[in-house]
Amino acid sequence: MRKEFFLNAALLGVLLAFPLWAWSVDEPYLITLATRAIVFAIAGIGLNFALGFGGLVSLGHAAFFGLGGYVMGVLAFHAQTYTPVMGWPLVINGTKSMPTIWLIAIALSALLAVGIGALSLRTSGVYFIMITLAFAQMLYYFTISWPTYGGEDGLSIYVRNGFPGLNTMDPIQFFAICYAILLIVLAFVFAASRSPFGLALGASRQNEERIQAVGQVPFRLYLTAFAISGAITGLAGALFADLNRFISPTMFSWQTSGEIMIFVILGGVGRVFGPVAGAVLFILLEHTLGGLSEFWHIYLGAILLGVVLFARGGLYGMVAGREVAHD
Amino acid sequence: MSLILFIEQALNGLQYGVMLFLMAAGLTLVFGVMGLINLAHGSLYMIGAFAAAAVAGATGSFLLALVASLVCAAFAGVLVEFFVIRRLYDRDHLDQVLATFALILIFSEGTRWIFGSFPLFLDKPDWLSGTVMLPFGIEYSLYRLWIILVGLLVAAGLFWMIGRTRIGIRIRAGENDREMIAALGVNISLLYTFVFALGAALAGLAGALIGAIQSVQVGMGEPVLILAFVVIVIGGIGSIKGALVGAILVGLTDTLGRSFLPSFFGLFLEPSSAMSIGASLSSMSIYLLMIGVLLFRPKGLFGGI
Repeated sequence: MRKEFFLNAALLGVLLAFPLWAWSVDEPYLITLATRAIVFAIAGIGLNFALGFGGLVSLGHAAFFGLGGYVMGVLAFHAQTYTPVMGWPLVINGTKSMPTIWLIAIALSALLAVGIGALSLRTSGVYFIMITLAFAQMLYYFTISWPTYGGEDGLSIYVRNGFPGLNTMDPIQFFAICYAILLIVLAFVFAASRSPFGLALGASRQNEERIQAVGQVPFRLYLTAFAISGAITGLAGALFADLNRFISPTMFSWQTSGEIMIFVILGGVGRVFGPVAGAVLFILLEHTLGGLSEFWHIYLGAILLGVVLFARGGLYGMVAGREVAHD
Repeated sequence: MSLILFIEQALNGLQYGVMLFLMAAGLTLVFGVMGLINLAHGSLYMIGAFAAAAVAGATGSFLLALVASLVCAAFAGVLVEFFVIRRLYDRDHLDQVLATFALILIFSEGTRWIFGSFPLFLDKPDWLSGTVMLPFGIEYSLYRLWIILVGLLVAAGLFWMIGRTRIGIRIRAGENDREMIAALGVNISLLYTFVFALGAALAGLAGALIGAIQSVQVGMGEPVLILAFVVIVIGGIGSIKGALVGAILVGLTDTLGRSFLPSFFGLFLEPSSAMSIGASLSSMSIYLLMIGVLLFRPKGLFGGI
């Protein structure tokens, strides 16, 4: 527990200090790299909520990541071209305001997660894995064949959306926004995992019969967890789209789902800070291995294989022991 | 919509379905017998296609290429099973998903490293190119017809093997009770390796057969893999019969949806929106089919395990 606490604090410290240092030596690329790690971390925290706390192995979280991205893309596209998103039955206009986009991304992702969850949670085990994958795939092909927002080529948004009082085009200011969101999400997840709901969810993962015996409905717990999980990943998607100022169907692809899962596993399943460590590690690997060889995915695969086969529990499992602290 | 066009598209759908069956059969066997979810099955499909393209390029013989696809994919399957998959049988599905995802990364980048990023081409042999005349004046590609026949023959052989031979009995017994058949003196780990290699060989064959219609390139396996997942979810995981029925359902839905949904919407919508709605809906159709099946049968059409 103590070790885990120090690791958490060190992670947050490094994640803050590194971009500040990069800012002081004027290396905007490194700031963007850190921002990417943070956005990935938020996406991983979202998946971890379903996967780690609820035991729901979803291989379709790209659906929410992509939806968040497309919410940003569609709204900003309409604001950029001065056309309404829809004119009937009520007029909805595009927007370039980040907070509005985030709220819509969160709400729609939660809604999508409730829909996907309600259908997928009828099944379990391998069926659940494959069905969540299939849902994400369905959205992937839908966005490819839907020409309005660029289809397969994706869509560029020329100017990053605005946040009141800040210049979001400045890398360090955009980083600050993402970092603040990361802290809020971490605090939320930490509180949720210790709330009665979080405890019931963890108990349900471990023994459904007992949780039913005390009068809880596992399906409802899982569905709520899945909705929260989708909402957080959707928010990460909106941030990711804003970071790149570009959206494409790749955000929905199953490789994205796999990568989000990698963040969670590399860091440590079921730990609040696990995905943060995982995302940072992933970005580090991508950066160092990517510099060594064009074919860095081979090494990434080998490392991942090693973690799954020999270092179960990820980075946190190695440092802080196998037991998850709050179980 | 003329009847001839419809029959032609239905045959295309059947051909697609039969190919999906070759992929899905291995997946469903491996899951049914070993309880393993194998994402790297698509990589074996890719290996089969690349092996076939390389051998066909070197020798010019299509049959040799097919043999090479079977042998290489089976060999890759044995290697992977021996070094990695074996350690995953008693792990949970999450570990299996992750480890086989890692294998995909290694196989895909490894293939890109050896063969480069450009697609290879595998040509149909002369004796299979051209068209045949079917009854009712339908002209159909000989190669596609041949694929349907090969696929159905393999399916029949598989049913015979599972249902009528000693090894099939062992496979089915392994599905039910692993400890018991080990206690009865069956070498269970050899049996597992065999089942995995068999699934790999079928995937490799599918890759080679499809490689002659489409291009052979890195990443060709994953879309097919996901469709094969849809197939076995519809059919019921672990059931070969389910895989066959599911594969043909998915093949027909996809092909017919793609060719007829846009014109169907054209009946009552303006052409441009009919095209885009039809195209979007047809690309989603098989997933909608899957959701429909699961709403009524959460364990798939033939799933009972």
